[in-house]
Amino acid sequence: MSTADAAAGAGGATRAAGAAGTGGAARGGAVLPETAAVYWRPRLDAERLRRRGWAWTATSLAHCVPFMATAVLMLALEPLAFPVAAIAVVHAWGIPALYANRGAGVVRARRRVGAGPERIALGLLGDLVGHEARALHARTGLMLERGTLGVWLVGEAGALLVRPGGRRVDCWCVRVDADLPSADRTAHLLLALREDEAGFATVANLAFSGAPWRLRRRLPAERRPALQVAVAAARA
Amino acid sequence: MEDLTASEGVIVARLIRMDQTGHSTLAEWTRDDAAATEAAVAAFREQLDQGYYAVVSTGEGHAEQVRELPLDADLVILRRPIAGG
Repeated sequence: MSTADAAAGAGGATRAAGAAGTGGAARGGAVLPETAAVYWRPRLDAERLRRRGWAWTATSLAHCVPFMATAVLMLALEPLAFPVAAIAVVHAWGIPALYANRGAGVVRARRRVGAGPERIALGLLGDLVGHEARALHARTGLMLERGTLGVWLVGEAGALLVRPGGRRVDCWCVRVDADLPSADRTAHLLLALREDEAGFATVANLAFSGAPWRLRRRLPAERRPALQVAVAAARA
Repeated sequence: MEDLTASEGVIVARLIRMDQTGHSTLAEWTRDDAAATEAAVAAFREQLDQGYYAVVSTGEGHAEQVRELPLDADLVILRRPIAGG
């Protein structure tokens, strides 16, 4: 009984702290324990995220510009070299498209387990969110979550973050090492995100950062409306 | 258990673990039931020792990791660690 009492006291204190912070305590105070596994990564914040976005854009340009310059140069030197110029243009277009495709991959559907476990897991996930997010998840398979870094779309093996203003989206690859129903995998990520948003982004791997239109074309058709809703929410 | 809650006016708290079955209920307790509380604390610690993290949802959009079983919570969820993919 003493054990239980001690637990009750500690638990009560924790709950009180959480209530006082209205989530800010959880997000601002508690650190996601998984961040210890990536101790070398600086904890992400809005400014670091902005810099990473620009670095990503600069890297994309560094891939594209040389190919485009080569194409122009080839045509200027010898118009008959247009096939080589065309190949260079295809490379300039294709490399960013491949990155966008990689980003879209983080929210593609994964293998399903049995119908029963999926239904049970979906019930729990539904209990964690409001009606709006639940309806969007039923339609698109992605769970919308508003955070301080932007508007998140949480999937089974990753999440999209639409930054405030809706002009850039980041694709984060993050997973649970367990054979779980898809809704449980989403619930894992959602709970971790709610515990510590910056920690979640620190643990996750950035797969793509760029304009929403570039990602949209690569997303599975059923996921696209979710991105549209998130962009609208980020602009609001 | 919902029947018990409704008929007796007692809030029954649950400790659940997300697993292959969707989720499993590992313990249920009320503040007045010392034996059930003690069993819940033991189950909670066992799961933490196995590498699970315990989370309490503190309203929509907010969750909190706990290292001791919060006996006043309605629902405590056990999750596996996440990692970058």
